[in-house]
Amino acid sequence: MMYKEINFILNGENVNLQVSPDEILLEVLREKLGVKSPKCGCNKGDCGTCTVILNGKTVRSCLVLAIEVDNQEIVTLEGLMGNGLTPLQESFLKNNSFQCGFCAPGIILSATELLGRNSKPEKKEIQEAIAGNLCRCSGYSPIIDAIIDLTN
Amino acid sequence: MEVSKYVGKSTVRIDGKVKISGAAKFVDDLDFGADLLFAAVVESKYAHAIINSIDTSEAEKFPGVVKVVTGKEFPFRFGLYMHDRYIFAQDRVRFVGEQIAAVIARTPDAAKKAAQLVNVSYTELPNVLNVQDALKNDTFLIHPELGNYQHVPWFFPKPETNISHLRKVRKGDTNKAFKEADFVFEDTYTVPRYAHCAIEVHGTIGLFDNSERLTVWTASQSPYTQRHLFAEALAPLGLTHKDVRVITPFVGGGFGGKAGVSMEIIGAALATTVKGRPVKVLWTRAQEFYNTYQRQGLTCRIKVGVNKDGGIIAMDNTLYWDAGAYVEYGANVVNAAGLSASGPYNIPNVKIDSYCVYTNLPPGGPYRGFGYSEFLFGLESHMNEIAKNLNIDPVEFRRKNAIREGDILNYGGKMNPNGLIEAIDKVAEAIEWGKKEYSDDPNKAIGKGIALFWKAPAMPPNASSSAFLKFNEDASLNIMISGMEIGQGLLTVMAQIAADVLSVSPDKIRVETPDTDRNPYEWQTVASHVTWSCGRAVERAAIDAREQIFDLIERALDKDRTSLYLENECVKSRKEPGFSLPLRDFIINGIMKEDGTFRGGPVIGRGMFMPEFSSALSDPETSQGGKPNVHYTVGASAVKIEVDRQTGKMRIPKAVLAIDVGRALNPNLIKGQITGGLLQGIATVLYEDMRFDEKGKLLNASFSDYKIPTALDIPDEIISIIIETPQPDGPSGARGMGEHTMIPAAPMIANAVEDALGIRIKSMPITAEKIALTMVKEKKIDLINI
Repeated sequence: MMYKEINFILNGENVNLQVSPDEILLEVLREKLGVKSPKCGCNKGDCGTCTVILNGKTVRSCLVLAIEVDNQEIVTLEGLMGNGLTPLQESFLKNNSFQCGFCAPGIILSATELLGRNSKPEKKEIQEAIAGNLCRCSGYSPIIDAIIDLTN
Repeated sequence: MEVSKYVGKSTVRIDGKVKISGAAKFVDDLDFGADLLFAAVVESKYAHAIINSIDTSEAEKFPGVVKVVTGKEFPFRFGLYMHDRYIFAQDRVRFVGEQIAAVIARTPDAAKKAAQLVNVSYTELPNVLNVQDALKNDTFLIHPELGNYQHVPWFFPKPETNISHLRKVRKGDTNKAFKEADFVFEDTYTVPRYAHCAIEVHGTIGLFDNSERLTVWTASQSPYTQRHLFAEALAPLGLTHKDVRVITPFVGGGFGGKAGVSMEIIGAALATTVKGRPVKVLWTRAQEFYNTYQRQGLTCRIKVGVNKDGGIIAMDNTLYWDAGAYVEYGANVVNAAGLSASGPYNIPNVKIDSYCVYTNLPPGGPYRGFGYSEFLFGLESHMNEIAKNLNIDPVEFRRKNAIREGDILNYGGKMNPNGLIEAIDKVAEAIEWGKKEYSDDPNKAIGKGIALFWKAPAMPPNASSSAFLKFNEDASLNIMISGMEIGQGLLTVMAQIAADVLSVSPDKIRVETPDTDRNPYEWQTVASHVTWSCGRAVERAAIDAREQIFDLIERALDKDRTSLYLENECVKSRKEPGFSLPLRDFIINGIMKEDGTFRGGPVIGRGMFMPEFSSALSDPETSQGGKPNVHYTVGASAVKIEVDRQTGKMRIPKAVLAIDVGRALNPNLIKGQITGGLLQGIATVLYEDMRFDEKGKLLNASFSDYKIPTALDIPDEIISIIIETPQPDGPSGARGMGEHTMIPAAPMIANAVEDALGIRIKSMPITAEKIALTMVKEKKIDLINI
């Protein structure tokens, strides 16, 4: 197997790694770097639990090859909390938005991306922003309400 | 503790922070070091076939492969309620995807590739893919050994048939009542299979260490049941219960799919073949669909006799369940639904036959609602049709026949206190029942539908819960239970219950997920029973600790015990207003006497709850006698839909659900169950169903093809109504409510579609496509003018 050296920024730290061309970013984050907040729910881009932020935009890390992130910047949920929970997380906490919590890391990142470009989104915009993240427990309303609550 | 300070409040979840910070560990997040092995299973290509031979030689040679294991190594039958299942298929396979063998390798990739090299030689047998075929006289037997299977005493299998259990209910005299009835209405309704679709897949890691103890980490609702089944299934290897340990970290959604034992047995068994090394089995999303429990399909033929005044006097309900290849758990769904398939109505004459039928489809099993969602689709659709035919308002018809406290249940017991009438009235008011609404768009029709629901926990009569509670130096405390946090908020509510007894704020209470070595027994986290049952155990553990505290204060400080009470983490006395001793001053290290000696020591509470009034013994021909159900939780739900007459596409402007929870221990968490459960129920009627090909292969085993709702698919508004008619034996009067919130969704939407468009759809799901086709078929719309 041919290996390639890649360098990228993960949650503000420089990472240098040898990866094979067929390695998936999600696997590399979880298994080689021990970053466990991105989860594997379907491995084909349907469920959104593996969401990470790549150069400011959310991507499904199960659909990204590790070699693609050479010289790029990645943020996972772990990287958002330099100063403790973000106001968005505090709002989710206060609203009991999540039940089992498996989808939470992905949804927090999708909502964070949305609020980064639109500080006062309409309900419909919130629904669209998190429509790629499946949640089977909550019925979504408590998640949407917490985002609205924060932006008000 | 005269007044609840914590129970009844919408406390923020004590597991909120761990989940929203990403700190929560799920089973696949655990690390096992460099010697972790990975297993991939070899799956049946056929729905029904004899296995002639299994050639593992090529797979064994594949680089990285450690071992290939087949059913030969584990010729043991196991199961929860009936031992009809094997760890790996033995001489025959019974559904597409069934595990035949497993390859253990050093990497997941090597295991997967080598599994494809295992060569299985089959002889195909006739497929039995639906209930109709399975019940034919000349059908092929899926389990010829059925008569030899060990099972619980409340199952009645019919050897030499594909009927693995038949639950019969006979109450009153239905023959006579049907003759006397002014009208009889009969119809057939069908419900397909469904998938739970927890976002976390099943996974398990087994480690059989060199001292020969087996530890299994699982994503499970049932750690103790798993330990018991692992110990039972692997007993021939010399394992006993003390040698088996199950650890369950956070679970990424259960919904019944992670109850009992499904794929986890594979991890436990494989571990015993690679002593000293952990081995991991992680299902793919596709396997999650076709080789865990599925919700069973149902065909129900329902006949109801009514009088002119709208009083129901008789019901005959025959339920045929497509229970799949193995029914060790699913047969109890059939049993529970059979006992209650008359719905929340007071009907003097009832006949129910609930058939558990083997088919060559994946094993059926528990799914939120445990059979009630399925039979209520037909029942509540049928109730609307009867009301319409009698020209009685559907709400009034239900109100007239609704079951009330003290009414006689199907098995002869009495209905518990409940607020069903209040629920009906409140739901009707919230949905503005009786007010006909019209869309501004002439292509769209607005309709309203209502459905009642009820459900009892389906559990063995001796299902019990227990709890340990230990104080820390600062009067914070840990509660150890084996009730599982699966999203419902169990940990928080248990903390609230203990908080009230001990006057310690819930944020000073830690409740963690189970480890069977450390945490005491819990039957399972299923049946919407843990708040009720585990809640009572925790309450008793807290009372036990409180009594120890009072004992100590009496003994060490000579205080009048009867005057003592706890408040704000202090012991106080009604007789001595000035006395206030903080718990933290003595709760671990005791109280010093004048001579320097101490009294007391660490305070540890214990509590247990078993419903000692419950019994599953009854007449198999009638179900009379016994008390199989500890209580029913009831409610009503209604919906307003706007549906396009031509495309069938639907919007839900409003949904309302009222449920009698006995006592709302945490109203916000209850509201969470309502919003989540309703959407899960709505999905079963609008979007989802499992499709199989003519060879029994599941066609839509992915989220691409089996669509579950996204954030764009929710009702515009959900109104949650909480009713509180106390359950006398519940913690603070609470009863279960988690499953119930999805049960009424399908029939209420079917009823709303009928109201809007005048079409009665009798099979789920009710997709836009089905509505549009029905409109054309019934000539409600003219294709030429579209």
